[in-house]
Amino acid sequence: MGMEGIGARVARKEDKRFITGGGRYTDDMVVPGMKHAVFVRSPHAHASIRKINTKAAEAMPGVIGVLNGKQLKADGIGNLICGWAITSKDGSPMNMGAWEPMATSTARFVGEAVAIVVADTQAQARDAAEAVEVTYKEKKAVTEPVAALKKGAPQLHPEAEGNLIYDWEIGDQAAADKAIADAAHVTRMEITNNRLVPNAMEPRAALGHYDKAEDHYTCWTTSQNPHVARLVMSAFYNVAPENKFRVIAPDVGGGFGSKIFIYPEEIICLWASKRTGVPVKWVADRTESFMTDAHGRDHVSTIEIAFDKDNKITALKADTVANLGAYMSLFSSSVPTYLYATLLSGQYNIPAIHCNVRTCYTNTAPVDAYRGAGRPEACYLVERTMETAARELGVSPAELRSKNFITEFPHQTPVIMAYDAGDFQASLDAAMKASKYDSFERRRKAAAKNGKLRGIGMSCYIEACGIAPSAAVGSLGAGVGLWESAEVRVNAVGSIEILTGSHSHGQGHETTFAQLASDRFGVPIDSVSIVHGDTDKVQMGMGTYGSRSGAVGMSAIEKALDKVEAKAKKVAAHLLEADDKDIVIENGEVKVAGTDKKLQWFEVCLSAYTAHNIPEGMEPGLKESAFYDPTNFTFPAGCYICEVEVDPETGDTEIIQFVAADDFGKIINPMIVEGQVHGGIAQGIGQALLECAHYDSGGELLTASYMDYAMPRADNLPSFAVSTTETACPSNPLGIKGCGEAGAIGSPPAVINAITDAIGNNNIAMPATSQAVWAAIQAAK
Amino acid sequence: MYSVNYSRAASVADAVKTAKKADDAKFLSGGQTLIPAMKARLAAPSDLIDLSHIGDMKGIKVSGKNVTIGAGATHAEVAANAKLAKACPAICHLAAHIGDPHVRHMGTIGGSVANNDPAADYPAAMVALGATIKTNKREISADKFFKGLFETALKDDEVITSVSFTAPAKAGYAKFPNPASRYAMTGVFVTKGKDGVRAAVTGAGDDGVFRSKLIEAALSKSFDASALEGVSVSSDDLMEDIHASADYRANLIAVMAKRAVASANA
Repeated sequence: MGMEGIGARVARKEDKRFITGGGRYTDDMVVPGMKHAVFVRSPHAHASIRKINTKAAEAMPGVIGVLNGKQLKADGIGNLICGWAITSKDGSPMNMGAWEPMATSTARFVGEAVAIVVADTQAQARDAAEAVEVTYKEKKAVTEPVAALKKGAPQLHPEAEGNLIYDWEIGDQAAADKAIADAAHVTRMEITNNRLVPNAMEPRAALGHYDKAEDHYTCWTTSQNPHVARLVMSAFYNVAPENKFRVIAPDVGGGFGSKIFIYPEEIICLWASKRTGVPVKWVADRTESFMTDAHGRDHVSTIEIAFDKDNKITALKADTVANLGAYMSLFSSSVPTYLYATLLSGQYNIPAIHCNVRTCYTNTAPVDAYRGAGRPEACYLVERTMETAARELGVSPAELRSKNFITEFPHQTPVIMAYDAGDFQASLDAAMKASKYDSFERRRKAAAKNGKLRGIGMSCYIEACGIAPSAAVGSLGAGVGLWESAEVRVNAVGSIEILTGSHSHGQGHETTFAQLASDRFGVPIDSVSIVHGDTDKVQMGMGTYGSRSGAVGMSAIEKALDKVEAKAKKVAAHLLEADDKDIVIENGEVKVAGTDKKLQWFEVCLSAYTAHNIPEGMEPGLKESAFYDPTNFTFPAGCYICEVEVDPETGDTEIIQFVAADDFGKIINPMIVEGQVHGGIAQGIGQALLECAHYDSGGELLTASYMDYAMPRADNLPSFAVSTTETACPSNPLGIKGCGEAGAIGSPPAVINAITDAIGNNNIAMPATSQAVWAAIQAAK
Repeated sequence: MYSVNYSRAASVADAVKTAKKADDAKFLSGGQTLIPAMKARLAAPSDLIDLSHIGDMKGIKVSGKNVTIGAGATHAEVAANAKLAKACPAICHLAAHIGDPHVRHMGTIGGSVANNDPAADYPAAMVALGATIKTNKREISADKFFKGLFETALKDDEVITSVSFTAPAKAGYAKFPNPASRYAMTGVFVTKGKDGVRAAVTGAGDDGVFRSKLIEAALSKSFDASALEGVSVSSDDLMEDIHASADYRANLIAVMAKRAVASANA
């Protein structure tokens, strides 16, 4: 593998610029003549817009323009769309309400854009935005998903009667019902998955620049997938023709899913630039981020798991209501359906599964994919219920899980997924050993002596990454293909540029991806550059989300490297008068196996470009591209064990230890993988203990700043004990499964299972704040 | 932030003079609450008069049991003062747990006391220590100084110059932080001095800092955590928000009082 190849713990190349303040983000971009935009946003959760008076604002110092949604519509800019069509169980298409980039007649959540002010400075734009007079007539609002579906609830969109977007099902209801009726034991739970705000460190931003001379548009934006942004903005929103439109996503400070989607602001900045004749930059402040970034989760479910007399699972049945907010964001419809219910088999052999999902509109920010996207919701449902079942059945949680593990692969679940590889017992064993599970009762007793309630809980998660193949997701309603592209350009001196359609916004691609080329040709990773995030530089790509950049993005690179290697070997074989099958490339040298004949890597590269002596008929140069479309999802899985100590007087929970045993298949850079797991677990613990977006009944967001929205901090977290076991993924050339979301998916049930074990009350919802835990302790008394 | 005139006062008299000339002046003494409020456009003074360069307002003097802390002393200075740690370690402990290091190196005791945030730590200490708030005009006892949420006895042209107190025989502070802001969701400062026991509660009362007569009575019998076993604090007049109900805060008052006493006795 070499010092910097596959499997090496190479320090991240990109970190020097990030930690020394050298990163260049959208807000760092400056274009000559650039002006600043501030949005006028609805203070009401639900209101008719009667009048927008911009006169006073237009007269204020520095103001260049005050624009509204009617002007935008008149210029032919289209409404926002959801790109995944879900069909209700009665065969009807989903009920998608119109989402105007700026509301013209009705505002449906607090923070919805109503007008934009462009001025010389941001402060002037802000002053003028305050002077825009919008006359609203308030309407009744609804924020909770179950309430939104009740008869008589305030109605959001004429297209969606009763606020119902779709009523969808998967699996065999009759089989599940029969198994439940015949069961020896059924565990039933009502479970809420709390609503989260993504909170990327860098707020969203957009800089739109229309160049009149060239009739060309450029948008710098905080995107996880700039090519998709360009495609959607040109094909659906009519912002600019694709061939005259460049989207650049430079350094992006975290996304967690929230920067996949195309939001109104980037559309409006581009349009406003053309309309006003100046480049227009908008940068969200933190409260705007809280109000308008797509939120995550927000499910209310009931679940039943049925067991036979041997404690084998016979059926699982779930019924879920999911809140999609005021509008359907780009991939919102897929999250509570194909990314959720298809994972309800967990790690278990379950003969019959049925899940019904209703999604609804509410007067809240749009809800879409957030780290894990559907899979944390599924995992939480299954793993909370399995732990509860073990308690009800009086067997150990490990034993109950073990008994029901899928052990033969491939395994077709009743809900679409075909698991290709895994060893669930290996992860469970590793986690049990690392957590010293067997001696827990001793630790519980010791803690009791100190007045503390100690508990332990586990979670055996499985998830699906690298959503694919394109034809399959297309048949399920996806509006795009989910392949990835790569181009490997070897320079004449042997250094390498890899152009990838993946986008790095914290994942370390500049290092990991370079390791592939280093491994292949024995060149130092410093001579390998990763180019991404610019539609003018990089061929079409699909971007980064769903832990796809390893399994799909790197597989595309691997395929392009195959082609480069084959050509380089032919060039070398020609120069060394050998058969290309006998050529080996290692440590920067190109050799004929079993002889002392060799060339330096750069000599072969140079020869390919001088083309003075290459095989007859060969094209000069050394540059290859590939598009890779996977044959299946990948299925990372593992076991997490959490041990907590609860202070019964205050309800405060301290996580004493957190053990993760993951199977990510082949690992390219273990250090980066561990970092991903650490970050994911931190977010999962955040969801379990601290985070929740609260709206009041009138639709005001109560948690619109860090004064009220509790993020996990270092002192909320223990030092994680992470380890991996490995079963290679058979469906991609590198054997990679994906690691970006596992921590956030697997950890919440482990934490809550530990807390409920500690306090002896199973009835607690996330976030298990000190207040909630204290109240649950009081209730159990 | 709206535009604002900034001026740096050379003396207290200078600060007051500048304030009188302004439309709507605010004194700035660290700015760890005021500046974020201004950045969010929730506060919009016409003038900011910076007190943090006034030499007379700095310094911590400890003479036996008599303590005087200049209003301009930062939380970090209070936390790290060796003489103060000997006379009244509880106030050093309190200061060491305000906000984060940035806040502790900018924020000052005068600024915090003048702002009287209902979840700030210092008001509980001032009341429990029976401190005297000295201004450019008069001396005000802490009992009469704090008037409710963000309300104090200060007049518009009045500037806190120092706070002083006699170190009690015993003092302790315990707080339960809000999980988001890390302000006190409930904090209790207890003292036992020559005039008896005092217990002041911050973060919990719906009208700001207050003394808990119930806890003081229990501790007057025996200044020990065990004296508070079974004490049930009423949830009347306590704050409620998404983080803590009045009942939960009532519970936290009793628990934090116990821990404050244990720390005072340690």
